[in-house]
Amino acid sequence: MAELNFNERQAGDVTILDMSGKITIGEGSVTLRSAIRRLLEEGKKKILLNLAGVSYVDSSGIGELVSSFTAINKEGGQLKLLNLTQKIRDLLAITKLLTVFDSYDEEETALNSYK
Amino acid sequence: MTIETAKRQFPSRIETIAGATAAVIKEAESFGFSGEALDGIDMAVREAVTNAVLHGNKQDATKTVNVIVERNSDSFVVAVQDEGEGFNPSDVPDPTDEQNLLKASGRGMLFMRAFMDEVEWTKHPAGGTIVRMTKRK
Repeated sequence: MAELNFNERQAGDVTILDMSGKITIGEGSVTLRSAIRRLLEEGKKKILLNLAGVSYVDSSGIGELVSSFTAINKEGGQLKLLNLTQKIRDLLAITKLLTVFDSYDEEETALNSYK
Repeated sequence: MTIETAKRQFPSRIETIAGATAAVIKEAESFGFSGEALDGIDMAVREAVTNAVLHGNKQDATKTVNVIVERNSDSFVVAVQDEGEGFNPSDVPDPTDEQNLLKASGRGMLFMRAFMDEVEWTKHPAGGTIVRMTKRK
């Protein structure tokens, strides 16, 4: 089984990636990077990452989230986070990135924030 | 007083990071750590081994990463040694500085310090850097 899996959904012009597994150095980070790159190539610039099923993120994974954020911003899009686990929230607090990312606990609220 | 010491060697490959970490976690569990403390050790060891593989040994397959575990009466110490050229920890930019927040890398040492009680980097007499991380019961 792959380290990181995701299911892609569309809600209006927002693309939701329901992620599960680990975003760590190597395969997990590469999977996220490839997914974001492909969405941008397809012109999908409003992206919501649902992290509810992500059990583990290391510093490389945090770096990949930051890279995704900057790559999407550069294209005039928006990356937002949904359903942060307590572990991920703690890592974002330690790295002072909680204020950088827009994060939501409810999908509807997250989707409305793109309007 | 050191009760027990275990030393393992791992090749400098990204694929070995998870296995090296898992080996230490197994020992930390049997030492009595669980929950958040165990998760913290997991993260710190993973970051230390990652740094040794990537930045110390630069993924040179001929170089190894040594992982040493010391089980003392009240503390669990993990030392990770690479064969790199060494570095000065104070030269590493603070990833929480405003100007560094959006950098893609440079957060590993922050996580090691955040999750362990003591972290110390030294130049090993035989060459390379050794990071020694302590978690108390």
